[in-house]
Amino acid sequence: MKDTVESFQTPDGRTIGGVMMEMKHITLRFGGVVAIKDISFDIREGEIRAIIGPNGAGKSSMLNVISGFYHPQEGEVWFHGSRRPSMKPFQVARQGIARTFQNIALFEGMSVLDNVMTGRLTQMKTGMMAQAIWWGKAEKEETENREKVEKVIDFLEIQHIRKTPVGRLPYGLKKRVELARALAAEPKLLLLDEPMAGMNVEEKEDMSRFILDVNDEFGTTIALIEHDMGVVMDLSDRVVVMDYGKKIGDGSPDEVRNNQDVIDAYLGVAHD
Amino acid sequence: MFYREAGDFSTTYPQDSQTFPIRFDRYRYYAVLVIAFAVVPFIINDYWLNAIFLPFLIYSIAAIGLNILVGYCGQVSLGTGGFMAVGAYSCYKFMTGVDIWLMGADGQMIQYALPPINIFFSVILAGLVTAAVGVLFGLPSLRIKGFYLAVATLAAQFFLVWLFNKWEWAYNYSASGQINAPTRGFLGVDVTGPATEAWATYLFCLMFVIGSAVLARNLTRGSVGRKWMAIRDMDIAAEIIGVNPLRAKLSAFAVSSFFVGVSGALFFSVYLGAVEVGEAFGIQKSFLVLFMIIIGGLGSIFGSFAGAAFMVLLPVLLKNTLVGTLGWPTDLAAHIEFIIVGALIVVFLILEPHGLAQLWRVAKEKLRLWPFPY
Amino acid sequence: MMPDQLLFAMEVTLNGLMAGVLYALVALGFVLIFKASGIFNYAQGVMALFAALTLVGIMDGQVPFSHLINAMFGTDIHDFGWHVPAVLAIALTMVLMVGFAWLVNRLVLRHLVNQEPIILFMATIGLAYFLEGFGDIMWGSDIKKLDVGLPQGLNAFIDDTTYGWFGYGFFIDNLDIVATVIAALLVTGLVLFSQYTKQGRALRAVADDHQAALSVGISLNFIWVLVWSVAGFVALVAGIMWGAKSGVQFSLSLIALKALPVLMLGGFTSIPGAIVGGLIIGVGEKLFEFIAGPALGGATENWFAYVLALLFLVFRPQGLFGEKIIERV
Repeated sequence: MKDTVESFQTPDGRTIGGVMMEMKHITLRFGGVVAIKDISFDIREGEIRAIIGPNGAGKSSMLNVISGFYHPQEGEVWFHGSRRPSMKPFQVARQGIARTFQNIALFEGMSVLDNVMTGRLTQMKTGMMAQAIWWGKAEKEETENREKVEKVIDFLEIQHIRKTPVGRLPYGLKKRVELARALAAEPKLLLLDEPMAGMNVEEKEDMSRFILDVNDEFGTTIALIEHDMGVVMDLSDRVVVMDYGKKIGDGSPDEVRNNQDVIDAYLGVAHD
Repeated sequence: MFYREAGDFSTTYPQDSQTFPIRFDRYRYYAVLVIAFAVVPFIINDYWLNAIFLPFLIYSIAAIGLNILVGYCGQVSLGTGGFMAVGAYSCYKFMTGVDIWLMGADGQMIQYALPPINIFFSVILAGLVTAAVGVLFGLPSLRIKGFYLAVATLAAQFFLVWLFNKWEWAYNYSASGQINAPTRGFLGVDVTGPATEAWATYLFCLMFVIGSAVLARNLTRGSVGRKWMAIRDMDIAAEIIGVNPLRAKLSAFAVSSFFVGVSGALFFSVYLGAVEVGEAFGIQKSFLVLFMIIIGGLGSIFGSFAGAAFMVLLPVLLKNTLVGTLGWPTDLAAHIEFIIVGALIVVFLILEPHGLAQLWRVAKEKLRLWPFPY
Repeated sequence: MMPDQLLFAMEVTLNGLMAGVLYALVALGFVLIFKASGIFNYAQGVMALFAALTLVGIMDGQVPFSHLINAMFGTDIHDFGWHVPAVLAIALTMVLMVGFAWLVNRLVLRHLVNQEPIILFMATIGLAYFLEGFGDIMWGSDIKKLDVGLPQGLNAFIDDTTYGWFGYGFFIDNLDIVATVIAALLVTGLVLFSQYTKQGRALRAVADDHQAALSVGISLNFIWVLVWSVAGFVALVAGIMWGAKSGVQFSLSLIALKALPVLMLGGFTSIPGAIVGGLIIGVGEKLFEFIAGPALGGATENWFAYVLALLFLVFRPQGLFGEKIIERV
C-alpha cells in the first residue's frame, strides 16, 4: 500500500512526500442535513489530489472545512503532523493554505494587480504607522512583494491586463487571476474549487497546463474539485470519490475508474 | 495632445505605484500646492475664508475620513456628526486643560487640572480620542453588515450628541452648555479666538488637510488599503485569503474616526469658535459628509475634495443667485438646495456611483487620446 | 419601590405600549417595501411628513408652491379660501401618494435594479432629502396643526376606572387609543391582503425571488408601485396620527426614524416582528426614561432605541423573528 510508505516516485518522475494534511472522520451537518458523513482521507506533500463526485456530494463543503470556513461537528483535521485546533479562515490562510472558489470570488472594485497583491497580504507585516508615512519600510516591502507578484503574473501570462479592473474581464481570465491571487501567497497547499467549470476546451487545456506547472515548478501540493473526468484522470495522482456526503472510493485514477461503487454513482444505479 | 503619458515610463515598481504616475499630473499637483501655500494666503479675506475656504478645507478632512470607512472599507456610517462632536469636545478639553476630579482624604472631591495643550497637539489628540470612540462603535461591525450597520451607527450619532448635551464636565460646566474656543496660537500666531487673521487660520487648516490627504493616500495604496478594499468587495473571500476581518474593519473605523475627529476639532476651534452640540453636529452633518463622498466619489481621495468643494459651493452659489440676485427669501433657497442635493444623490447613484472623481477620470482618459482617439 | 412609583410605572408602560403601536405602524411601511424589493426605505419617515403636510395643505385650501410663485412673480397668494372636508382631503392625498409611488418607481427604482442594497439605501436617503425640500416648497415649512376630527385629550373612562381600582387615575390620551385601534385594523388588513388576495400572493412571490416571480408572469413594476403606494398609505396614516398629536413639522420625520431600531429588533421581513419590536421599543424607552432618566439628565428617548437595537444585534444579528443566515462561498 502506498499509504504506508514515507515517499515515492510517480510514473512521471515526481516525488510525492509524506502526509501533509489528514482529515479524520469528518462529519459536517447543517441543521438536520448531513453534508459530510464520517470521511477520512489524506493529502501528501507534492501531490495533486482530486475530489470528485456528483452534484451535492459535499465536495465544496469538504474544501470549506479544510479552509476553516465550516467547522465540522465531528472529526479532526491534522496538518503537518499535529492536530489543527478550530481556526478562523484567515488563520488557516496564514498557515499556508490558499484557494480559489467555485463562483469566482475576486475583488471586483480593484485592478488585477491589486487583486493579486492581496494574495501577499499574509506576508506583509509593516504596521499602519509605517505605511501612513510610506517612505522606507513600507515602500521597500511593497516593492519586494510587487516583484514576487510580477513573477506570478508572468507565469500565468496575464501581464497585459495588469491594470485592468477585474470587473471588466471575461470569465476565463477571471479564473486565471483568481489562481494568480492564490499563487501569490506562495501556499504550501493550494485548494482549487472547480478551476475549469464553464470553460471551453482550449481554456481547460491552458488551465490544466498551469496547474501542472504550478505543481511541477513550485512543488505546491494541490487539492482540486473537478467535474471533467478526463481532466481529473490526467492531472491527479490520487482521487477521492464522494457521493451523498460519503466517501465511496479513494486511490489512483485507475483504481477509482474500476471501482464498482464509483461506476454505480456515476452511471446511476437504483439505490435500495 | 498636451495631456499625455507617452514617453513617461516607469522603470521601477516604486515609480509605478506613486501617487501621480503621469508627469503632467505631478506638475499640476505641484502647481496647486504652490498656489495654495504661496498665493492664496496673500489674497484671502474674511468673507472667502469663512464662506468657502475654511468649510471646504475642514469638510475635506471629514470627507477623507468617511471615505476611508465607506468608500474603501465598505462600512456605511451615519455617525459622522457624532464623531465630529467627539473631536470638538475633546479638543476643547485639551486646549483648556483637562480637569480630573479625585476623592480627597477628607471625602471632598478635589479638582486637578492638567495644563492646556498647544492647539496643534490638541487637535491631534482630539483625533486620537475620536479614533478610540470610533473603534468602540465599530465593534458591532463584525456581526452586522450593510444598512444594519448604518442604522447601528445612528446609535453613535444620537447617543454622542445627547452625551455632550448632558455631560457638564465636557463643556467645563458652562451655564449655556456651549463650548467657546479661547484664543490660542501656533508658532506665535493666533489661530483660534475672536481676533485671528484670515491667512493664519487658512494655513493652519491647510496644513492638516495636506497631512490628512498624504496619510490617507499612503494608507490606501499599500497593504492596509488592500485589506480594506478586499473587505469592501467581498468580505468572505477576504477572510479566506488571510485578512482578519475584525482588525481590518476596526482599523478602518480608527483611521476614519481620527480624520473625522480632527475635522470636528478644527470645525469647532478654528471655524465656528463656539459650538452647541445639537446644532453643529446633528444628524444633518452626518448626511452632509456622506453626500460629499457620494457626489465626489466613493473610494477616492480626490473625490473627497471634489465632493467637499461641491457641497460647500452649492449653497453659496444658490444663496448668491436666488437671494442675492433674484431677491428670494432665504428659506426658499434652503429648500431648493435640499431638492437639488437629494436629486443629485439619486442621479449620481444611478449614473455614476464613483462620483465626480470618475467623471474626472473619464475626462482625462479622453484627453489623453485627444485629438486622435483611435 | 413605593406603590405610587409602581402605579406611575404602570402608567408609563401603558403609554409606552401606545407609542410602540405608532412605531410599529411606521415600521410596517418599511417592512412592506423591504419584503417586496429588498430596499430599506429611509424616506419612509419623510413620506409620513409629506403626506401629513399635503393633507393639511389640501384641507386648508393652501395654494401649492405659493411661496415659490410669490417669490418668482412678486404675487401675494396663499390659499384658495375654501376648506376641504377631511375625508375628501385624505382621498386626494392618497392619490398624490400613489402618484409619488409611480414616479419613484419610474424615475429611481427602475434604474437601480440589481444594485447592492447599500446603494439603494443611500438612494433613498437622497430621496428623503428631495422629498423634504419638495414638501417644504410645496406647502411651506411652518409648523401646522392637523385636525381631522380624531378625539383628543384625557380618556375619562380609563381615568375613572383606574381611579376606582387604585385610587390613582391613569392619564391615557384618547388619540393614542384611536391610533392603537387603527393600527391594529391596518395590520390585520395588511396581513389579510398579503395572504388572501392575488396581488398579495404576487407580492410574496416577488419577495421570495424576483427572477422566479418574473418568469411566472408577475409584473415587477406593478408590484413595486403597489407596494410603494401601500407604504404611502401607511405613511399617511402614521402622519395623521403623529400630526394630530404634536403638529406637522420636520421632527415628525425624525420620530419616524425610530422605526429603524424597531425593525432591527423585529427583523426586517417580519410583520409580527415589526409589531413586537415596536412595542418593546415603545415600552423600553418610556420605562428607561422613567427609571434612569432623572439620574442621567433626561431625554434618553433620543438614543435609547438605537442603543438597545445595537446591543441586541450584536448578539442576534438576524433580529427576533428573522431567519438565521447561513453564509456560503
